[in-house]
Formats: sequence, C-alpha cells, structure tokens
Amino acid sequence: MEKRVTFGGGVLPYLLVLPQMIITAVFFLWPASQAVYQSVQLPDPFGLSTTFVWLDNFKFLLSDRYYLESFQTTAVFSVAVTVLSMGLALLFAVMADGVIRGASTHKTLLIWPYAVAPAIAGVVWLFLFNPSIGVVAFYLKYAGYHWNHVLNANEAMLLVVVAAAWKQISYNFLFFLAGLQAIPRSLIEAAAIDGAGGWHRFRTITFPLLSPTTFFLLVVNIVYAFFDTFGIIHTVTAGGPERATMILVYKVYADGFVGQDLGSSAAQSVILMVIVAALTVVQFRFIERRVHY
Amino acid sequence: MIEKRGLASAVPHIILILGIAFMCFPIYLTLVASTVTQEEIVHPPLPLLPGPHLIENYKDALFSGVNVPVMRMLFNSLVMAMAIAVGKIAISLLSAYAIVYFRFRFRMLCFWTIFITLMLPVEVRIVPTYEVVAQLNMLNSYAGLTLPLIASATATFLFRQFFMTVPDELFEAARMDGAGPLRFFKDILLPLSTTNIAALFVILFIYGWNQFLWPLLVTTDPQMNTIVMGIKQMLPTADDWGNWPVTMATAVLAMLPPIAVVVFMQRLFVKGLIETEK
Repeated sequence: MEKRVTFGGGVLPYLLVLPQMIITAVFFLWPASQAVYQSVQLPDPFGLSTTFVWLDNFKFLLSDRYYLESFQTTAVFSVAVTVLSMGLALLFAVMADGVIRGASTHKTLLIWPYAVAPAIAGVVWLFLFNPSIGVVAFYLKYAGYHWNHVLNANEAMLLVVVAAAWKQISYNFLFFLAGLQAIPRSLIEAAAIDGAGGWHRFRTITFPLLSPTTFFLLVVNIVYAFFDTFGIIHTVTAGGPERATMILVYKVYADGFVGQDLGSSAAQSVILMVIVAALTVVQFRFIERRVHY
Repeated sequence: MIEKRGLASAVPHIILILGIAFMCFPIYLTLVASTVTQEEIVHPPLPLLPGPHLIENYKDALFSGVNVPVMRMLFNSLVMAMAIAVGKIAISLLSAYAIVYFRFRFRMLCFWTIFITLMLPVEVRIVPTYEVVAQLNMLNSYAGLTLPLIASATATFLFRQFFMTVPDELFEAARMDGAGPLRFFKDILLPLSTTNIAALFVILFIYGWNQFLWPLLVTTDPQMNTIVMGIKQMLPTADDWGNWPVTMATAVLAMLPPIAVVVFMQRLFVKGLIETEK
C-alpha cells in the first residue's frame, strides 16, 4: 500500500525519521548486537579478558539441567495462564454479551484490573495468600489446609498462575466481547429457529466465528506469560522455592544481574529474541490472513 | 435475545457477579488493609470492613515511606509515564509522516529498522541495554529511565495505517493552496489524528506507569525509584515484618492513576487497546 501523491525529497524526511532512528540504533540495535556478540564470548573470572568460544555458551545452556527445567517451568506456566485467563474471559464475555441491563457497569467492573501493574497484582495476591497473615491462607487453614507457597513448589506455581491470569482476564474479555458483538445476530437467530439450544449454538456457530479472535489472543497471551509476568514472579516468589517458578525471563535477570554470568545470560537473551521473533512472525502471518478472509 | 425464561435468564447475571467478585475482591481487600493497623493485619483474619486509620496510613506512606517518601516515587512514575507516552507519540508521528508522505532513499530501510524493534522487548535484551545506558552515564536519570522504552514500532505502525486512510484529495487541496509539508502536517494531519493520539496516549501512559523491570535495573538511587518497582522493597522479608498497612496504601496509590485513566477514559482506552494490537 503506497500513497499516490507525495512531497518531494530534500532533507526534511531524513530529519523526520532521525529521532526514531537514533533511539532505535542506540537502545535496540546496539544492545541486541552486543547480546549476540557476548553470547559467543566467555569472560574470565575477573572480567579482564574474554575468549571467543563459538557456540559453547549455547551448548552449555542446552545441556544445563536448570535451563531445561526453566523451559519446562515456562511452558507449564504460560499454558496454565493462557488457558485460565482465556477460559474465564470467554465465559464472562459470552455472559456479558447476553445481558442488556447493566451491561456497561459489568464491563467497567471487569476491565479495570487491566490497569493494575503485574508487580502490584503480585503484591495484592501475595497479601491474600501470605502463609502467616493472608486472609485466604487463614481460611484455608481454618478449613484444614496448610497453605505455604514459600515452601511448596506446586502452591507457588499456582499462586503466580492465578495472579498472572487474573490480570490478563480483562484484556481477553474486551477482545472476546468485541468479537462476539461482531457476529451477526441473524445467524444465531436462524440457528435458534432451527431448534439449536444455547450450548449447541455456541459450539457450532459462535465459537468457530470467534476463532480469529481466539487465535490472536493465544499469541498475545503467550507473549504476556513469557515476558510481561516478570513483575509478578519477582514480587511473589522470586523464582523459588527451589527454582519452581523460575521462568526464562526471570532466569536471564537472575543469571545476568544476580549471578553475573554474562555469557550465559546473553545466550539466553538471544534464545528469547528468537522466540519473540517467531511469535511475531506467527502473529503477522495471521493478521495478513485475517485481512483477506 | 432469544431465550428469556425465568431462571435461565438469571444465570448470566450470577456468573457475571461471581466474575466481578473475583476481579474486584483482591483490590477491595487491599483497600481494607490500607485502613487498619499493623496489629489487625498480623493477627488474622483481616476485618472485612475498612478501619478508621485511612488518613494516617496514607500520610505515613506519602510523606515518610520506607526508603523514600511515596510522594517522590509517585512523581518519578508520573514523569516516566508522561515522558514515555509523549516521547513515543512524538517520534512515531514524525517517522510515520516521513514514511507515508515522502519518497526518499533508505525509506524501506527505515521502515524495516523500526519493524524489528517489535521483536526486541526490553525484557529480552536487559543486560546489554543496561550496559549501554551505563556507558552513556544515564543510570539514575530520567533519560535512562525513559529513552530505551521510547522507540516503538506499534505506535509508528498505528499512525502509518491511519495516514494511509487519509484521503489524497486533502493532500492535493492543501498543495493547491500552497501548503508546504510542515504546514500540511500541522494544520491537517495533526487535527485529524487527535482521537488516535488520545487513544494511544491512554495505552502508553498505562504501559509507562506499569514498567517494573527497567526501573528496577537503572534506578539504584532510592530518590529515582518509581512506585511500581519501589513497592517491592516494602514487602516483608525473612527477618522483617514490614509495615503492611503502609505497603498496601502504597499499592493503592500505585494502582489509582492507571485505573482512573481506564475508568474515566474508557472509550479511548478500548479504542487504543484494539487499534494498537491490529
């Protein structure tokens, strides 16, 4: 897509793109190339010199039990967050789509948690489930269950999943609701006249017509769970107990800033960049398809 | 609606109310916790109704805090969110204008350079970006806090898409009347873009306000902490009970501005959200 009519050349267009180009070059391209460069280097223990080690950092990573475990943790975490937040959001959106009275109040009350920062969401959920003072932990104890996510790996995972999903429901809800409202009423009514019940209509008409929205949200939610949940992990569990909630992004931080293992951290960054690039390509191919369908 | 019979029509309402309870209850308890005393919190269960200590807890948080008064952190967050939102919009408007309305050498190169920044969120390049900012002596400065987050492909693409839909006739009429490139931009394109700019501003403000990892790395000086990252230091640790009421008051203060933006500018917010993800 191009404009038919344009201004002539001259120096002006260069001046207009200059600010963005400078920032992109200094804060994106330079660091990214540094990451690639460092990922094939091994600094000596005093940081005085580095040796070129080809792909040793990657080889080491891929044979590192902790790194592979972190991959697995990330997979479990992101699948759980995606399924939980998209499932609940779809349920709420379908219900809100059917409701007429009070619809905008419902909508407002469901979407505002989007504005809560992941780190703050972490603080809030940590407060509810704090083993010694948390309200929910207290009532669980009252009911005979001793909640302690500080020691129990599964409970820690559950807590970060719930906190991360809770924050993302609003976003998914908005997109599902927009998708539902775009479905022509006449289709649903025709099916109802043919005698299809509510569940049957949802399964054979509404859900298939929502599939572009669902697929789009799938990618967005995976990206969210991979990268934007750093704040939740950092405030709630800091990757613990025993690395049970050490997702990949958190490990880059832990190894690079806490562990000072720059070569490994850079190699992990490069692997993450490849993952983001792949997800972006998937998303764009899908959008191209949606434009033409 | 198709079916509206007795009990069946109540089900959506019940599910929605349960959903709203799930979404709002944690925030409500945070609010309650910010109005009681430390004693009431450390001896659970927490009362379910707000207590009388609202003013003293918030005063405590705003003017003394833990490392630094929360007032200071709120100010830093505001500067950061505004700088990111305004900065992103400004540079994206200019570069999108150049890419759409001019033909120049390296135009496609610029386009693709902007495009690849989509693939490099700050989380994946933290260590090298930190080193670059450290080398530029920008640690603990507003420039270091905001500049690395300002370049954005999404905003540029949004404006590019929008400029493509502006009718060519407007451009031709402006040329006919003798308007130059800057005049056309200022008097025609900008006024047409106001809704888009406002919608984007809402999204970017929330994005900037809610940043966590980047401020955590570049602000070692408590005076430069933002509220979203600063709250981490208020949480109790193994050998410290912390001060929960003040921490929860800080959490409420940290949520308030972005929530206010979402609630009061809901239409712009929804528009911005849906358009930036297209």
